[in-house]
This record gives sequence, structure tokens and C-alpha cells, in this order.
Amino acid sequence: MSGGSYYVPASSKWPILAGLAVGLFMIGTGIVLVFDTGMVLLPIGAAAIITVMALWFRDVIRESRGGLYDAQMDRSFRWGMGWFIFSEVMFFLAFFGALFYVRVFALPWLEGGGAKGVSALLWPDFVASWPLMNPPDTSVLGPQAVVSPWQLPLVNTLFLVTSSITLTLSHEALKEGYRDTARNCLLGTVVLGVLFLIVQGIEYYEAYHHLGITLQAGIYGSTFFLLTGFHGAHVTIGAIILGVMLWRIQKGHFSAHNHFGFEAAAWYWHFVDVVWIGLFIFVYVF
Amino acid sequence: MAPKSPPKATLEHSQSASGSAAAHHVEEHHYRSGPLRWLLTTNHKEIGSLYLIFSLSMFMIGGAMALIIRLELFQPGLQMVQPEFFNQMTTMHGLIMVFGAVMPGFVGLANWMIPLQVGAPDMALPRLNNFSFWLLPIAFTLLLSTLLMPGGGPNFGWTFYAPLSTTYAPPSTTFFIFALHMAGISSILGAINIIATILNLRAPGMRLMDMTLFVWTWLITAFLLIAVMPVLAGVITMMLLDINFGTSFFNAAGGGDPVLFQHLFWFFGHPEVYIMILPAFGIVSVIIPTFARKRLFGYASMVYATASIAILSFLVWAHHMFAVGLPLVAELFFMYTTMLIAVPTGVKVFNWITTLFRGEITFETPMLFALAFVVLFTIGGFSGLMLAIAPADFQYHDTYFVVAHFHYVLVPGAVFSIMAAVYYWLPKWTGHYPDERLGRWHFWLSVIGVNLLFFPMHFAGLAGMPRRIPDYALQFADFNMASSIGGFLFGFSQLLFIWVIVKCVRGGVKAPASAWDGATDLEWTVPSPAPLHTFETPPDLRGFKFH
Repeated sequence: MSGGSYYVPASSKWPILAGLAVGLFMIGTGIVLVFDTGMVLLPIGAAAIITVMALWFRDVIRESRGGLYDAQMDRSFRWGMGWFIFSEVMFFLAFFGALFYVRVFALPWLEGGGAKGVSALLWPDFVASWPLMNPPDTSVLGPQAVVSPWQLPLVNTLFLVTSSITLTLSHEALKEGYRDTARNCLLGTVVLGVLFLIVQGIEYYEAYHHLGITLQAGIYGSTFFLLTGFHGAHVTIGAIILGVMLWRIQKGHFSAHNHFGFEAAAWYWHFVDVVWIGLFIFVYVF
Repeated sequence: MAPKSPPKATLEHSQSASGSAAAHHVEEHHYRSGPLRWLLTTNHKEIGSLYLIFSLSMFMIGGAMALIIRLELFQPGLQMVQPEFFNQMTTMHGLIMVFGAVMPGFVGLANWMIPLQVGAPDMALPRLNNFSFWLLPIAFTLLLSTLLMPGGGPNFGWTFYAPLSTTYAPPSTTFFIFALHMAGISSILGAINIIATILNLRAPGMRLMDMTLFVWTWLITAFLLIAVMPVLAGVITMMLLDINFGTSFFNAAGGGDPVLFQHLFWFFGHPEVYIMILPAFGIVSVIIPTFARKRLFGYASMVYATASIAILSFLVWAHHMFAVGLPLVAELFFMYTTMLIAVPTGVKVFNWITTLFRGEITFETPMLFALAFVVLFTIGGFSGLMLAIAPADFQYHDTYFVVAHFHYVLVPGAVFSIMAAVYYWLPKWTGHYPDERLGRWHFWLSVIGVNLLFFPMHFAGLAGMPRRIPDYALQFADFNMASSIGGFLFGFSQLLFIWVIVKCVRGGVKAPASAWDGATDLEWTVPSPAPLHTFETPPDLRGFKFH
């Protein structure tokens, strides 16, 4: 419990500017999608989000370094980040749930399985399979082949698992006060993250141009890109966050005992890693 | 009537307890004046007020849409609006009331009262709090603007089932998705803030089982929000992809399934129902003991019942889908889990009634609304039990019986509880008692209006009148006319509510720190109106007499 030193910030312009930036970005994206025009608001909105976040975090870093935060404040940040990651878990759970539902229920029922096989009447020739190469309706062109898990995805799995290890080494080094080791290990983590994204990019290129796996290729392409795409977006965000942490280590922001920014970034990265393991197993292998 | 007994503050206000330190602290903050103050504020009381004002505005806009619906249904045949516009009204009315009125209303109360009830200086993350609020006006401006877009606004019902909301939806649906994304971000961040505040900022000496039921129910509600709002974000993202990028999630031609949409939506949607009622349970559990001048009966069982309802809420979602063609085993599973919820809910109703037993009851306006809540919410709960019976639901499904059921739990349920809370805490917020005479008028007009509005819908629904239809067969004419008259009575009575609030803000009988005779919670130890900053030095609550 605190002795009355809990820091309550004075009024700030960043929150409402962040709200406006998010609004701008979303409205901009909507205009592009719906009216197919006005490619102006979207990049402005995106740039505004990044700018406001940077300035907001700058304030928080300054307050932290100014000694305004006590142990209780630290706990608030920990609860906040922890529950935020829980919300991310639920976000991915919805996508995994969709994948399982389609594979376990929807496709067998379309084929005529179960007591209510009436939907089989729609496409009598349909044969359920996973990966679904031939969607029920001929208007939807299925993929010609699927990505082999034991090539690029396996490489990516090794990248991410190794990056989690280097990140833990970096954290341990930071706690022991070896700043250079911490920096080097963190640099390794960021490099592995970027390598992952490059390999993912190659895989997407292959999928689109050689394997016929597209967003339009029926439910297989839909779930494939939904799960790997949102995961990739999270890797991108995580790598950027770790990049900022790298810069902060270089600037000497962290001490052996006080480095929650680093820890929060590490939590996030490990979470993204765990999601990948789930993806590797259920999207690629089985 | 306003109690005449003097305030019985058991704690000195922290500011006077540590005079110079507090004065020094205030000097450190530079609080703005002028209009920017409200845009940039990090103060939980100001943000709470913003939430409540926003909620009331949305309540009036959503209410106006409901009156358009009731006007069209006053008589059979098409009189006032086109079916297309009617569909937009039913959709927008639902979306605005759920996401714009009820949820922000409860969040506003949480912002105001949780720090005061746990002895905290503010919310745990005050800037995040401001962000959470200001996303809402942006989101709802965008949502309302879809009504003016080519093809009109969302017209597929607030549950936006695919393929109505994907293949057959108006172009503005993409904007609807983004508006909902923003409201969802707001809810998640707000919930994170509430959990961090409750778990981390309780004053020394306050254990979890010392907290008021309002704080407890909000802790559990915040957990539900963080668990299911991301699922909503996920399902609307899949809609976005189906609409704009040609994916097949909800399209059977590509191997997807429209029923998948319903599963995902209701996995969010059913806990969402409890998000809108658990804080109401908390409010009523705080108000009834005050005006019965007794301790809440069965405090611990109330906490456990709330937690049980929250856990069960993850296991009942498909009772919204009994008629969609589920396997028999699923029908049975979801029927039994749904009925199981009646047990913890029954515990709650039992405890409220037992709290009243042999109490020294007085009937001030907050108490009137709280008592009406107990009776009318229970009616809604019973019709819910009827709907839970899967074979019977095949008859009730998509009829006005369903409309009657969920409006009974949401209007004389959730909305009445918010009104009760407003009457209860207005003295703390403004320093004045709300006008008791006008409050009673507001209560009785509302209670008569709401029953005249929703009770006949049970009969119309049992006789087979479908929901979301602008026209109906002649035999439903009398029920609908009664409903419409009740709707207008209830709707216009709310102007009285606004007048009571405005009048109370501007003046009235001065309220002491402890505004109600039987009130014992921590917020009644600070002056009325509560100063901008309270509990800057945490009060030592060891020895404080909790609930």
C-alpha cells in the first residue's frame, strides 16, 4: 500500500489526441474500403497514432525517470499490461475457435454428417476435407497446394523460439546489471523477429503466386491468412516495442531493479511466441 | 424525504486530516479551467460525469428511435416510415442503448464511485481513463452518421447476423464495424482500469471481502468485459474481411458457415447481457440496505452468486440459437446450463428480500427505483426461464415474447438501477438533494409507462407476433396500441428525469456528508459535494465498520 505518493497525472492532451487519431485512422480506412477513394486520411491517421503514442510514452518515461512513480504505481502498470495481454489471448481464441468450429462441425455437416445433414442438399457432390482444397461451390476456387510445415514454417518456429530464449537471456543480464550483454541479446531478439517477418513475407508470396492460397480461396485461405496475418501484425508491433526497449537500454533508462517497460515488452513477445506455437500446430501441421 | 439527522461521518476527510500536505499536493497539479478542462481531464469525477452525460444523451437518442418504432406500430399497416427505415431504427436503437447508454452509464458510475468506495485518490490509470471516454463520442458520431450514408445505416438488427450483415448489408456496414471497434477498445481499456483500481488502490485495511457489492460486481463485470469484448472485435473483423476482401468465414459456398457467426457473436453476447446487469445488482445491493437501515443479508453469498453467474455466462450462449438447427445434445446442454443460472440469481433476490425483512424502511426515490428493480427484473428473469426451455423456445423464438423478456431485464432492470444510482448519489455529486416530489412523479410515471409498454408484448409474442416487423396482423392491434401509449408515457417521463438532474445541479436542499440516514459506505465520509480531489492520502480503514 502506498503512503499517499500515488501519482495522479495532471490533465494531458495525449489521450484525446489519441482518440482523434484512432478515429481518423478508422474513418480513413472505411472511406478507402467503401468509397474506394481518398487515400489521404488513412496514412495521416496512422502517422497520428504513432506520433501521439510516442509523445504519450515519452511523458510516462520522463515521469518514471523523474522518480514520480512508487511501488504501487508499478503494480498498476503490471495489472494493466497483464489484463491487456489477457484481452489479446481472447482475441486470438475467437480465431482459433472459428478454425476448430469449421474443421470439426461446419465442413462435416456440409457433407451430410450429423443428424441434421440437410445442408448437404445444397452441394450434393461436396466432400469435406482439411485442408479444404475444393470448396462446396464451384464459384470459389480453392488452393492448389498447401504450405509444407517442415520448410519455411519450421524455420520460423526455430526463429521465434530462439528469440524467446535470447530475450530471457537479455532480461537476466539486465537484472544482473550486465547492460552490454542485455543489449546484445535484445538486438539478437529483434533481428530474429525481423527474420521471421521476412520469411513470413516469402511464404505469403509463395502462397499467393504459386500455391493459390488467397483470401478468396474458400475457408482454408480465410482462416490461414486471418490467423497468420494477425499473428504477423503482432510480431511487427512486438518487434517495434523491443526496438524501443533496445534504444532505452542504450540510453541507460533501465536499472537492475526498475525496468518494467522492458518486462512488459518481454511479456508481450512471449505471448506472441505462444500464439505461434498454436498456429504451427493447428494451422500448419494438423 | 431528505433525512434530518446530522451527518455521521466516521472518518475525517483526508484533506483536513493532513492539511498542509494536501494543499501542497493540489498546488502541484495544474488543473485547467475553460472548455479544454473537460477534454483533457484526468480526474475520475469529471470523467465519470462525462460518461454519465454521454450515456443520458444516447439514452434520449436511442429512446427517440424507439418512439419512431412505437409510432409506426401504433396501428397495423404502414403509416409513418418505410420498412427499410424501420429496420434501421430497430438496429440503431439496440446498438445505441446497449453500447451507448447502458454500458457507459455503468462505467460513469464506476468512475465516480469506485475510487470513493475503496478510498483511492483516482482511477489507477487516469490518462487511459480519459482516452477510454473520448473514444465513445467519436465512435457514436460515426455510427449515427451511417444513417445519412448512401444505402442507409445498419438495418440487420443489433445482433447483425451474417449473411444479412455481410452479403446483403448496405455499404455503410464497414463504418459500423469501425465504430464498434472503437467502442470495444474503449470498453476493454476502461475495464482494465477498473480492475487495476480495485485490486491495487484499495485503502490500507480494506480487504476484498470488505468492498461494497457495487465494487465487487464491477470487478467481476470488468473481467467479463476483458474476456468477451475481444471476441466481438474478432467476429466483426471477420465480417470486415468477408465484406471487403472476399473471405468465406460466414459463407457456406466457400466452406464457411453463417452459424459460426452466431456462435462467435453469442459467445460475446451472452456475457454482454451480464455485463449490463451485474453492476445493477451491485447498485441495488447498496441502496436496499441503506433505506432498510440494515446490513445487507448474505454479503458473502452475494459475492459468490455474482461470480457464479459470471462463470456460467460463458457456458450458455447457444440458448439464443435453439431454433437454428443445433444437435440435440447441444440443445440439452445449453438448456440445463441456462436454467442453472436461476440458482445464483435466486440467491440474490432472496437476499434483497431478506434484507428488507424487519427493516426500518423508508421510500425515498432511489429506494423506489431499487424496489421496482427487484420486482420487475424478477419478471424478466422468469420469462427468461420460460425461454430457456428449448422445446418451448421453438414457439417463442423471434417473437415479441423475447422482446418483452429482454426489455424487462434491461429497462426496469438495468436502466432503473442506473436511475436509482443517480438519485442515490446525486447528493454526493452536487451537494444537493434531488427534488423528492419530482423524483416520485418520475418514478411512478416511469413504472406505469414501462409496464404498459412491455407487459402486453408478452401476450403479442405468445400469440405469435414476430419481432422486427413494421406491420402486423389485425389481432395484435390492441396489444400494440397499449404498448405504444406506454412507450410514449415512459419516453416523455424521462424529460422529467433530465429536469430533476438539472435542477439538482443548480441548487436544492443542501446535503451533508452522509446524505442518507442508513448509508454507511466510505463515500459518505467525504463532504457533499465531493471535492475534486479525495483520499489523496489513503485513509487508514483498520477498524472501519464495513457494510
